[in-house]
Amino acid sequence: MQQVVNGLFLGSIYALFALGYTLVFGVLDILNLAHQAVFMLCAFTALALVGTLHLHTLVALPIAIVAAGLVGVLLERAAFRPLRGRSDSNISGLISSLAAATIFEALALAAWGPGQFRFPFGSVPDRRLQLGGAIVSEVQAVIIGISVAMMLALTWLLRRTRLGRHIRAVAESPLAARILGVNVDRVIAASFFISSALGGAAGVLFGLAFNDVSADMGRSVELKGLAVIILGGMGSMPGAVLAGYGLGIIEVFTVAKLGSSWRDGVSFAVLFLVLLLRPRGLLGQAATRLA
Amino acid sequence: MEALLEWWLTYQSAVAFIGVNALLALSVYATLSCGQLSLANAGFMAIGGYAGALLTLHTELPFALVLAAAAALPAVVAVPLGLPVLRLRGVFLAIATIGWGEVVRLALVNWDYTNGALGLVAIPQRAGPGVIYLCLALALFVFWRLRGSRAGQALEAIREDEPAARTLGIDTTAYKLAMFAFGAGLAGLAGGLEAHLTFMVAPSGYGFSRVVDMLVQAVVGGIAHFGGPVLGAAFLTLLPEALREVSRVTGMEPGPLRLLANGLVLLLVILFLPNGIVSLPQRVREWREERRAARALVG
Amino acid sequence: MLLSVEGVSRAFGGVKAVEGASFAVAAGEVHGLIGPNGAGKTTLLNLVSGLLRPTAGTIQLDGVRCDGLAPHRIAALGVTRTFQNIRLFPQLSALENVLVGEHLRRRAPLWRRMVFLPSAAREERAARARALELLDRVGLADRAAEKAGFLSYGEQRRVEIARALGSEPRVLLLDEPTAGMNPAEVDSVARLIAEVARLGHSVLLVEHNVPLVTKACHRITVLDFGRVIADGAPAEVMRNPAVVDAYLGTRR
Repeated sequence: MQQVVNGLFLGSIYALFALGYTLVFGVLDILNLAHQAVFMLCAFTALALVGTLHLHTLVALPIAIVAAGLVGVLLERAAFRPLRGRSDSNISGLISSLAAATIFEALALAAWGPGQFRFPFGSVPDRRLQLGGAIVSEVQAVIIGISVAMMLALTWLLRRTRLGRHIRAVAESPLAARILGVNVDRVIAASFFISSALGGAAGVLFGLAFNDVSADMGRSVELKGLAVIILGGMGSMPGAVLAGYGLGIIEVFTVAKLGSSWRDGVSFAVLFLVLLLRPRGLLGQAATRLA
Repeated sequence: MEALLEWWLTYQSAVAFIGVNALLALSVYATLSCGQLSLANAGFMAIGGYAGALLTLHTELPFALVLAAAAALPAVVAVPLGLPVLRLRGVFLAIATIGWGEVVRLALVNWDYTNGALGLVAIPQRAGPGVIYLCLALALFVFWRLRGSRAGQALEAIREDEPAARTLGIDTTAYKLAMFAFGAGLAGLAGGLEAHLTFMVAPSGYGFSRVVDMLVQAVVGGIAHFGGPVLGAAFLTLLPEALREVSRVTGMEPGPLRLLANGLVLLLVILFLPNGIVSLPQRVREWREERRAARALVG
Repeated sequence: MLLSVEGVSRAFGGVKAVEGASFAVAAGEVHGLIGPNGAGKTTLLNLVSGLLRPTAGTIQLDGVRCDGLAPHRIAALGVTRTFQNIRLFPQLSALENVLVGEHLRRRAPLWRRMVFLPSAAREERAARARALELLDRVGLADRAAEKAGFLSYGEQRRVEIARALGSEPRVLLLDEPTAGMNPAEVDSVARLIAEVARLGHSVLLVEHNVPLVTKACHRITVLDFGRVIADGAPAEVMRNPAVVDAYLGTRR
């Protein structure tokens, strides 16, 4: 039971991160490898807000997330929009996102250095609760809560709002959407905002959960994120959530049974198995669709 | 003559590293030239580096054989890996190969025989600019003869439009696999050379950032011609030297500065000069043509 | 019969693009494949050239089953094609495109080039000469060095045909080769097709230009909704009420 809780908590973070990844892929058909850098930058932003500006964690959280969203919009404008229309746009987009990720990482290293940072004492709640047969820390509960809340908000956005409908339209066919009067440019910018906000949120929550923020934290999560979206199906939001929680639970149980050196190995095993046996994942389709 | 010797002593290691990086950039170019974005070569480089180090430390094999093994082992491993993986298209192939690189790195971190994360040290320095550039020359020779040949044209066709190439009788799987293995061999060779140049091998030297470096050098140099990656390697290996002044002025640490420069250069190239530095003369020519044509219209 | 298609079906999910199609092409024959838009003509070409697998039925080339074979194997058996939306290699020159078309015909082991054997250079010169000759036959010898992406639409179509002829195929599949062409260009393509047939290649011609098809083809197969609704000599097929129906669109 304890492991299930741990798995759910880890899975929440993976799911949030993967949702951002898969949203951009669904809309633009591009793998945004700078996503993990935004993940990392947002964690640092929150750290700076709490540590240097002494804001309360719950206040810093939304500020950092919005900042991450804005970085996403900037990223789209600078690194992806100029490539739209090129015949090799998915590969050049990938390379462009790699360049952006490198730049972000360099900036973080320049600003904060290569060390590992902790949130100041007292800014992270550390009470423990008893739930069923498991001990859940307050942090874990809050993280699960925030993640689920964000996922629900996202679902509402995509299903019930005009923007959501436009996003789904552009994901299916940018040309058709444009003909129908959708402002494709703004929709794409909005998608990047949402995607980076999700990724950034995952980053802050990750940093809070493990009380460890460093310039290379995005790297470890990047591959897990890839495994999740491949498992869930590229472009499928429900798939990302399902696979995120799935991988979280699988990882926790693997570490419990086989030891921590296998922690990362699980993601690769999942990744390769899915790519070799069923590349479109659990819920993906040949043509990418959203929600 | 004195000055030349002095210059050589100062820049010898830079020259050697340019050679190694050129081989690595060429290894990425090998698969890019037929349209496959494979990010697996850090893993293959690790295999070659460790194989070379182990052979030198535990056997009496002559260096030439050590290098041959460092190149051959990854190439052999690449074949069963490539068969399933090359069936994946574009983005999926990139992801799978990133995964492979990490698998190798993790395996090495957990391998006690080679001291896990610490790696192997005290490898005698058997590699110098001479050997390195000999290997580079051989690699460039192969690429040179490949260009314009039936096989070379088949590779270009695969890059341009793989299904159409298949309908013309080109066994695209075989060709892609061959270049995948060739790239793996080049990366392994580079790994073996570097191990004997820097005295050590460790998993941390073969992470994802390594393969990004290789990709950056290949793309920045230009992937339309095999000279591009060499140019890119030279440019980006020498960049930190040029940046020393910038580092002093801005107060930014050289490490992050180099990373920032790499990222900026790659971004600028992919946005404005997608065919790399190598294509600069051609682009300038085309730009001049456009200006002339526009002026003719107006005038 | 050189190429025989028997009972071939292909479904995409629930949609039957081609259903139970059967027809045959003899050696040296120009065989037309016509039908309204969406009738399944291009799907049939994709099935014959191996880019798609039939969900039922067989395709045979000279008695050898080729359905289910990889496209490059089918090409090696002697079937090449052009594409509806022209798939030349844009960064390669017209000549290089045709050279790639000769891939199957060339014997050029790489090691010979590595050691600079004169036979390698000779083979290359011969291949280039043949490619130039093919370009000449489609009237584009003077554009040989031009990058394929910069050629005009009509020129690109002709280069694509030249490329498909590079391997001396037994059956040449042409997918709407005259789409978007003016009457003079259509005429020259018609003459080219006739010459190709005279030289012994069979041609399977998918076209919308009905007058061209009636003039150029020995036999015609008509498709509608994925099914064969008529098959025979042009004159009788064109008089067939079902064919007239399909085209004049009582249903569409």
